[in-house]
Amino acid sequence: MVLVTASKKACAVNPLKMSQPIGGAFAFMGLRGAMPLLHGPQGCTSFGLTLFVRHFREPVPLQTTAMSEVTTVLGGYENVEQAILNIHNRAKPEIIGICSTGVTETNGDDVDAYIKLIREKHPQLAKLPLVYVSTPDFKDAFQDGWAKTVARMVEVLVEAPATGTERNPAQVNVLPGCHLTPGDLDELRIIFEDFGLQPSFLPDLAGSLDGHIPDQFTPTTIGGIGIDDVARMGRAGWTIAIGAQMRRAAEAMQAKTGVPFRLFERLCGLIPNDDFIAFLSEISARPVPSRYRRQRGQLVDAMLDAHFQIGGRKLAIGAEPDLLFDLSSMLHEMGAQVTAAVTTTQSAVLEQIKTKEVQIGDLEDLEELARTRDCDLLITHSHGRQAATRLKIPFYRAGFPMFDRLGSGHQLSVGYRGTRDLIFDIANLVIADREENHAPTPDSWRNSTLPLRGGRRSSIDSTERSIA
Amino acid sequence: MSSLPATVLDVFNEPGCAKNANKSQAERNKGCTRQLQPGSAAGGCAFDGAKIALQPFTDVAHLVHGPIACEGNSWDNRGSASSGATLWRTGFTTDLAETDIVFGGEKRLYKAIKQIIDKCDPPAIFVYQTCIPAMIGDDINAVCKAASQTFGKPVIPVNSPGFVGSKNLGNKLAGEALLEHVIGTQEPDCTTPYDINLIGEYNLSGELWQVKPLFDELGIRILSCIAGDGRYHEVASSHRARAAMMVCSRAMINVARKMEERYGIPFFEGSFYGIQDSSDALREIARLLVERGAPEDLIGRTEAVIAREEARARAAIEPYRPGFKGKKVLLMTGGVKSWSVVAALQEAGLELVGTSVKKSTKEDKERIKHLMGQDAHMIEDMTPREMYKMLKDAKADIMLSGGKSQFVALKAAMPWLDINQERCHAYMGYVGIVRLVEEIDKALFNPMWEQLRRPAPWDGRADNWQTRAMAQLDVRPIEIVADRTLTQKTPRARRICFCNTVDLGTIEDAIRSHSLTSVEAVTQHTPAVGGCCRRRIEDILAGRPISWWPATLQAAE
Repeated sequence: MVLVTASKKACAVNPLKMSQPIGGAFAFMGLRGAMPLLHGPQGCTSFGLTLFVRHFREPVPLQTTAMSEVTTVLGGYENVEQAILNIHNRAKPEIIGICSTGVTETNGDDVDAYIKLIREKHPQLAKLPLVYVSTPDFKDAFQDGWAKTVARMVEVLVEAPATGTERNPAQVNVLPGCHLTPGDLDELRIIFEDFGLQPSFLPDLAGSLDGHIPDQFTPTTIGGIGIDDVARMGRAGWTIAIGAQMRRAAEAMQAKTGVPFRLFERLCGLIPNDDFIAFLSEISARPVPSRYRRQRGQLVDAMLDAHFQIGGRKLAIGAEPDLLFDLSSMLHEMGAQVTAAVTTTQSAVLEQIKTKEVQIGDLEDLEELARTRDCDLLITHSHGRQAATRLKIPFYRAGFPMFDRLGSGHQLSVGYRGTRDLIFDIANLVIADREENHAPTPDSWRNSTLPLRGGRRSSIDSTERSIA
Repeated sequence: MSSLPATVLDVFNEPGCAKNANKSQAERNKGCTRQLQPGSAAGGCAFDGAKIALQPFTDVAHLVHGPIACEGNSWDNRGSASSGATLWRTGFTTDLAETDIVFGGEKRLYKAIKQIIDKCDPPAIFVYQTCIPAMIGDDINAVCKAASQTFGKPVIPVNSPGFVGSKNLGNKLAGEALLEHVIGTQEPDCTTPYDINLIGEYNLSGELWQVKPLFDELGIRILSCIAGDGRYHEVASSHRARAAMMVCSRAMINVARKMEERYGIPFFEGSFYGIQDSSDALREIARLLVERGAPEDLIGRTEAVIAREEARARAAIEPYRPGFKGKKVLLMTGGVKSWSVVAALQEAGLELVGTSVKKSTKEDKERIKHLMGQDAHMIEDMTPREMYKMLKDAKADIMLSGGKSQFVALKAAMPWLDINQERCHAYMGYVGIVRLVEEIDKALFNPMWEQLRRPAPWDGRADNWQTRAMAQLDVRPIEIVADRTLTQKTPRARRICFCNTVDLGTIEDAIRSHSLTSVEAVTQHTPAVGGCCRRRIEDILAGRPISWWPATLQAAE
């Protein structure tokens, strides 16, 4: 039984968490021709924009209703109206996705009602989809903003098929969690297609934030899933949701269209991918292509090669619930001990994490736990860099944001191949750390009180000692 | 203690600001902030500006009182460098939750201050107000005062909630907080006749350290740098400096001017970008110090250092000149930096085809004209689409700009260099300008560009994405500043005033029938506002080609 504790500090130090509205805006970025719009002061947008631009190194569409002190007092109707009209006129988007912020939630703007009024007043907007999600900053976290937004997209944009409509069994809806990268989505797309399935990803960040050179300049997203394709999702044979956060959207899909869903809580690791590939084989009624038989073999071999490095490692990990569960489970299965786990928000998946305690907290909590429990591998997003320097332990960057390394959009963790590469990356970090920081000296064996790290630790022993 | 609205008004009335001095009383009352356009605004908020201005104080704990968005989405993202303390890079926030908003966040803030003091014991804590606590009425001044008294430690309220205005306003509000609560509250350990303050210098990428050795050599002591690599004790005792330099930024002009007023510290505005500017700045510092009582030999010693450093820098740049001959640069950056960089680039033999003057004052523009000649293409504002066309049309070889427009250049497979605050190289002083030239050289002559411009094997030579993009641009009638021939054939239906939709014909007719000579007269006889369209009306009155069409607005119509 995992104990989930919440931090009792008055002051969060070195936040791990990011706010809900930008998680929501992130989801809208996976739609084609979209303009995400934060209803709030311009700073909310500016901070989010900077984060996305630095993470992806891409131009990112994100607009603001530019609430001022005065409009906050008077109510934001006019700002929402002007923002929608301005964006409609200038950027000519196919959809505008609106997320509220702390300010507009505190003063109680009823954006759904505003949108109704705006539509009545401006008939030219009749065909422009406007999706609104309530995402106050002072509740929940980035991942929740994403999950709520995707669920809302399903409710608003997917058409319920008319009775008697034939389903297309080859068409599959894929609802990916925000912990998957554009590279992950591309990897999954190849896997689906190899089984003869036609996947529609909602949202599809691989189309918009994969770093391609667009055909023309556009102020909106340069790719992603089109609104018409989203509308047709009701005709699919199956919905596949990835990450527990997507249960809500998958249930919304089933409720609206009757498409059955299967939730994969994780896609990193051998067993989860065995389940996934077997499921695809079953729904496509095709044998597993030889490519995946070979890839499975390669993953098994990678696990054999890397368990010497990863086995027995004491892992300190800070991530949003789904990513935390995904990576920590894979490493636990490789013999690492999940010694310190810190996350941002409540989730059902936290109870399954292979550790005694998960703390909802910040990077200061993670750093302290890692220090007192003598952890020797740190996994979190780029903001963990200061802690890693102080702790002097290998640091693997995972999650959002990753602003101090290139290629964050293409970092893989799904599939046999993605898991294989991830295992190699982490094991190589451990090897480099041992060579740089823990090479034996004549004295390293003499002083028995010195904690010995890295190479000497037996992986098998520690695995047996690891927490059940 | 003055209220926030009073402080904001006071900042808008800043007499030291050149832009302000040129305004009529009515305009001044409106304040500096352009009304933000919902749906087409970009840029940070006042909180962002305040945090940027103060965060480089390295030994201070910076506590953000607000929900997670304000700190969680933005912490540890600035490139300032510290020579010691690291506390400034720690993110502290009260992370307000729903219950705090219902019951008020003051208690939580107080506890947070206590937690920081117990754990880190910093010399001071800066508490930043944000929108939500400002809305629900959390009185951070009162909390900070109580905490200061209880803990015997300066706890400084920085009252700059995001929604009161722009980043620039936030810079100034941060300055006000320093003036009100910090500067003059401590005494320096010792003073010398060579003590100076640097105001508005943030030590990005440690660039201050490219200049500091020269100060050290001359015996000039930086008593306080506001705020780059600054310490609380230094800024608190900065009122004992003999002279001050406002570095390359008007962001904190209120601090410089009020310190002159209160403590008699004379200041000048200077920059360390480019050889000439660096020399000018050193000379001016020496002159001011001698004026305030430093021994006169300082001036001679300064000249010697300048002569040596200039010779060194010129010699280092010289080898690049042949390669740069005929290479054209498009410079897109805000503010005063424009002209200092222009001079620097010309020194390296580069040719400038255009520069942005979006944030520059009239004098800045005159200076650019002086430097670049009458052909200077001054660009007010550009959409990415136009920037792309400019890159192609003007046949610029490289674009220098801030991070925001980098992808326009890079996605057009054009060399690009970051010269704004996010950059990772330091370009200050004599060393810095050589570094800038090196970086331009690396970017310009990278062999990669040629490969990238080749079409993919499956694309015909004429049918790649660049030509398609260009074709689309050609169909769209967009006037570009640089295109003087086009603007001369201006149709009378062109909009001049966008606020009240007044076209060129109306204004021309009014001028002709009433023999008008001033902008004010034009605004009386036509509905034109004379605010953002002022320059265009001036151009019409002077019979000049109208220098700028706000193409974004044009396109929006």
